[in-house]
Amino acid sequence: MDLRLTPEEDQLLGAVTSLLERHSTPERVRRAEATGFDAGLWASLQSLGVPSMALQDLDTAPASLFQLVLVAEAAGACLASAPVLEGIVAARLLARCGPAANKLLDSMRTAAFTATVSLQTAPARTPRLVPAGAVARLVVGLDGDNLVAVEAEPPASRVENLGDLSLAYRDLASGTRTIVSSGAEAVELFGAACSDWKTLGAAQLVGVGASALGLGVEYVKSRQVFGAPIATFQTIAHQLADDATAIDGARLLAYKAAWARDENRADAEKLASMAWCFASESALNVTRNSLHYHGGYGFTQEYDIQLYFRRAKAYSLVWGDLRREYHRLADLVLSKEDSRI
Amino acid sequence: MNFDLDDSAPGFRREVANFLDDYVTPDLVARCRRTGTMHDWSLHREMGRRGWYAGGWPSEYGGRGEEGSVELLVLSDEMEKRGIPADGLGMTMMVARVILHTASEELKRDVLPRALAGDILICLGYTESHGGSDVASARTSASRDGDHWTINGHKMFTTLAHEAHHVFLLTRTNPEVPKHRGLTMFLVPMDTPGVEVQPIWTIGDVRTNSTYYRDVVVPDSARVGGVDEGWSVMTLALRYERTGGGADARLLDTAIAAARVHAGRDGSHCLLEDSSVRERLARIAVEREVAALLRLRSQWVEAQGSTSMIEGSMFKLFSAETQVRAAGDLLDMFGPAGILEQGVLAAPANGELAHEFRHSIVLPIYGGSSEVQRRIIAERGLGLPRSGRSPTRGSV
Repeated sequence: MDLRLTPEEDQLLGAVTSLLERHSTPERVRRAEATGFDAGLWASLQSLGVPSMALQDLDTAPASLFQLVLVAEAAGACLASAPVLEGIVAARLLARCGPAANKLLDSMRTAAFTATVSLQTAPARTPRLVPAGAVARLVVGLDGDNLVAVEAEPPASRVENLGDLSLAYRDLASGTRTIVSSGAEAVELFGAACSDWKTLGAAQLVGVGASALGLGVEYVKSRQVFGAPIATFQTIAHQLADDATAIDGARLLAYKAAWARDENRADAEKLASMAWCFASESALNVTRNSLHYHGGYGFTQEYDIQLYFRRAKAYSLVWGDLRREYHRLADLVLSKEDSRI
Repeated sequence: MNFDLDDSAPGFRREVANFLDDYVTPDLVARCRRTGTMHDWSLHREMGRRGWYAGGWPSEYGGRGEEGSVELLVLSDEMEKRGIPADGLGMTMMVARVILHTASEELKRDVLPRALAGDILICLGYTESHGGSDVASARTSASRDGDHWTINGHKMFTTLAHEAHHVFLLTRTNPEVPKHRGLTMFLVPMDTPGVEVQPIWTIGDVRTNSTYYRDVVVPDSARVGGVDEGWSVMTLALRYERTGGGADARLLDTAIAAARVHAGRDGSHCLLEDSSVRERLARIAVEREVAALLRLRSQWVEAQGSTSMIEGSMFKLFSAETQVRAAGDLLDMFGPAGILEQGVLAAPANGELAHEFRHSIVLPIYGGSSEVQRRIIAERGLGLPRSGRSPTRGSV
């Protein structure tokens, strides 16, 4: 057992955090809201190796999912208007696909090529709502029992959404299609990508929740009502204690899910689902509570807490319904082979 | 990171599991339940004899030296899984750790080897009838007379006092100063004349005690830590206490097993086909996993030689609150049959879940109530100011 970051992980986290704190300030996030995409930020992240670090290079091993989770958490904490999760999940998915994906992987390594995954499945020729669909040239998704990578010009604009994300509808039938896997293998690879998404998404939501908690804590310390800082009211202080506990727990669970995947442990799939469920629920609770402590100001556009509140819900719904995920998790928890938790 | 406890103690879990499967009979567990005494001496001694409590302790006190041992964690884990009470072991080892860090050499050499060998039990004498969570308000007095102290007073909820060899006792040695500054800790042998134990019966099928101290005379060597410095000793003890305790996944396993053989509500084959049942089991599974991770973290912090403060409080708070809620939810699953208790044929898991519902309600109360933990997290973790009308003001 060892719950420390390695020096390399520490260094990576430091580098990503420092970049995001400089280039993904609340002002920058607000400025990027019209498109959900900050090209300058994305270029900076790419030069730091996001997401290409997820790929094997000539002389370097791919980043572990654990390392990528640290990146995703930092991205969530600064509400990065960039396809960080999308790029990482697409890269890891294509890297598992074998020779058919080699050319695409080369394009991704050159860093100019932005990729995403279509998390939703849909009948043939039906457009799907794709995260970063308004930004990415390459969309990887399951089309029937083929895993296809479709290269096409992204649409001119994103669809309006709660989190001001760069979502857009994409049709896997139009564009340059490469079948990178098919049959049972394709379904399995897609499942692994979904599991990656859940783990990274959990970390992203932990980042959102942790930042919102920080905003709430600072606000209640300085805000005076009824002649005292509202932090001295126990209903507030105690709820913040519960919130801090939930965020710490969610972070540990996301880290453990990533570790379990890296170590190929049998419960990795279950932990990914657990991590996503708990982070979704906790991030929404914590951002909602923090917004509430702001009183009427929390309801205004002016205060930053609303940026976190909207994204806590939006990031979570990019994957889907929380209760549906609990039902998927139940299938894993209650399967005969693994009835012990 | 590495979340695998067993990596740090290869093979130990299997060794323990094999022993427990062999040694512990349903009778042992049933006897604990029947008597309310959550301790079995023969098991305790046998595990001590095998050296399982001695990992990570200095060899001069009977320990096995190696730093950062996780063996006790693995051991308690395996005991919990089987419903074997580890309360006595937990308390004893917690006090032993406090003694290691704060007591005189004489006391260490006297007590630690016996604790590590499984020969003694130590119970906790903190709470008094007037004080509740405000433990620093203790009134039990100790007055010095040369090399000896005379103790008078009364403690509540001294669980396992009727089996213990010693009580780790919080006393007031100076009533003239602010309450935290006039406290002193002692390790009092239970067979000292003047110590009396009376049972208190709880709704959780557990016996606890009220203990009385009338002109109890102990030598100064029984003192743990400095005179009037008892609060710093207590603080350490309370931190250790929060790190222990169950992250109890057994309750969930028990409920799943019971639901597997319970007919569904609408005539379906089994309760596990009910989607509301499945969803709540999944939710509880997540909460147990999170509780286990929060515990692992606070234990890891301690195994590194630091004392966990916020980490322990977070574990204690989260684990207790979610477990109480889960105990209620799991009963609901079975509808009216949920309230049937041990011995009734139709009782799910032979009343185990109803028992847990009774028992779990104490979790957010003992070892520092949830309100105390929230205050610690808010003030020491988040840096919030002291709250104005804190009901726990002056306690931990």
